[in-house]
Amino acid sequence: MANLEGLYQEIILDHAKARHGDAPLEGADAEHHEFNPTCGDEITLRVKLDGAHERIDAVAWQGDGCSISMASASVLTDLVAGRPVDEALGLAEEFRTMLRSKGEGVPDEELLGDAIAFHGVSKYVMRIKCAMLSWVALEAAVAKAR
Amino acid sequence: MIPTDTEHVGARTIRDIRRDFPAFAASGDARPTAYLDSAATAQRPTAVLDAERDYLEHDLAAVHRGASAATGRSTSRFEEARADLARFVGARDDREIVWAQNATDALNMVALGIADASVGIGGADAARFALDAGDEIVLTEAEHHANLLPWQRVAQRTGARLVPVKVDEHGCWSLDDLVSVLTPRTRVVAFAEISNVTGLIVPVADVVAAVRARAPRALVVLDACQSVPHRPVDFAGYGVDFAAFSGHKMLGPNGIGVLYGRAELLDALPPARTGGSTITRVTFDTAEFLPAPQRFEAGTQPVSQAIGLAAAARYLEAMGMDAVAAHEDAFAARVLEGVAAIPGVRIVGPQPGRARAGLVSVAVDGVHAHDVGQFLDDAGLVVRVGHHCAQPLHRALGITATTRASAHVYTTAEEADRFVAALGEVRGFFGLGTGAA
Ligand SMILES: Cc1ncc(COP(=O)(O)O)c(C=O)c1O
Repeated sequence: MANLEGLYQEIILDHAKARHGDAPLEGADAEHHEFNPTCGDEITLRVKLDGAHERIDAVAWQGDGCSISMASASVLTDLVAGRPVDEALGLAEEFRTMLRSKGEGVPDEELLGDAIAFHGVSKYVMRIKCAMLSWVALEAAVAKAR
Repeated sequence: MIPTDTEHVGARTIRDIRRDFPAFAASGDARPTAYLDSAATAQRPTAVLDAERDYLEHDLAAVHRGASAATGRSTSRFEEARADLARFVGARDDREIVWAQNATDALNMVALGIADASVGIGGADAARFALDAGDEIVLTEAEHHANLLPWQRVAQRTGARLVPVKVDEHGCWSLDDLVSVLTPRTRVVAFAEISNVTGLIVPVADVVAAVRARAPRALVVLDACQSVPHRPVDFAGYGVDFAAFSGHKMLGPNGIGVLYGRAELLDALPPARTGGSTITRVTFDTAEFLPAPQRFEAGTQPVSQAIGLAAAARYLEAMGMDAVAAHEDAFAARVLEGVAAIPGVRIVGPQPGRARAGLVSVAVDGVHAHDVGQFLDDAGLVVRVGHHCAQPLHRALGITATTRASAHVYTTAEEADRFVAALGEVRGFFGLGTGAA
């Protein structure tokens, strides 16, 4: 597989266009704004937790950036909405580990789902931040909400 | 007639010129990477590398300090380099060339000197630079951060106001736009002769004339970072008060740049950095400074870099700056013509037919500049993507980032064509319509 197609998997290009979760969120418990000064990508991510603060009832985001950062936010929305908070944070950590792998290893597809499409990003040091942008915003928003 | 086009610089062919640059000679690839990022930093010819090495091997010694013959030789070479740069940019006097780290450093020297003068440093001589609350600093929205942030600092320290010259939908501004914001309270007018994003070429002498007529107390500060490496300039002829440029964009070394200033101004401007080699008489709590340029050159200087930079100036001089400019104009024309035919790709800056420098920035509809950059990188093209240190300009244009291709003496027509061809495939790759019939 040519490098560029390895980076821009079909799933990524689809999510970059469809953008699940790209919306405001009424009644959010917390929001967090993340900015990447090197490329100007930015995202504001909002979360709503259940009463016990154990589950992410809803997540939504608004942002502007490259296809990698926008697709990553879209995949995140699919993966963490309705999930227990601890599981979502574990997923963020797993995603981070995959991105730091420099293309090595076999990521856990069962756990990562569509997010596995970002494995190719790990070979592009300059783009890892793009893929992590929404996940870092999620971690921060959840910490604020809890 | 001497052919000057995408294949030549003056009488020399690009193929021949490329042999002067080890970075290109080393590549054994059938299809070497196209280096289209010279506006960020340029490749260096052997003449520059050899000049530095020759000095280091034969003449390395302290300059302007001590009494040995070796110091004499080293100092001569250092000062000859200054004379080369003075001639290259049209200074009236070698003293008008002050060594700086780069253009950013040179612009800071002017701004900080003005800020210091505003609190009384430099005494009566420097009073002409002092700004008061309510004075105005005029800058265009297109400025590189290097020609914006130092002025923000001056405004914070003095209470002076930053006044923008607005850009149009292409990121360009005109003499009329500038004139409309000049007032008797305008004390500084700072702008780039050539924008590093749009490639707009400003008629500097006309701007100076307009400023002198309407804002007689204003200093004109020129960011010549993208002009000196690519076109003939004449600072004294322009009549600017200060100008700044970097060595690394004009085929020279890193760590060296130039602050040009009119001698009478430099002799009065408080030095932003103080220390050894700048003074006449020092007591425990006072110091008197030498005239320019020494008053600004505190501490041990980047001597081999200055000598390398002079070699770069001579290398360009030998080619002829008119010929260099003509070659790069041909590059821009070729890229513009190609890009204009690609659906969904917009040219940022002067539109085809209007004067511009040898750099072209584009925005691809529906594709973020970083994705464009990644695609072009994969196609073997080194270009620059991002805000190019000009966030206010991009904000004014309603975009976060652009993709820029830029040329220098070694850039080929084939490289221009490869850029255009790859750009034509970007939207298709990202699943957007190419609009092709
Ligand atoms: C127009 C302009 N001004 C200033 C600079 C700053 O140059 P340097 O980083 O060498 O100080 C640049 C280069 O990036 C530039 O293009």
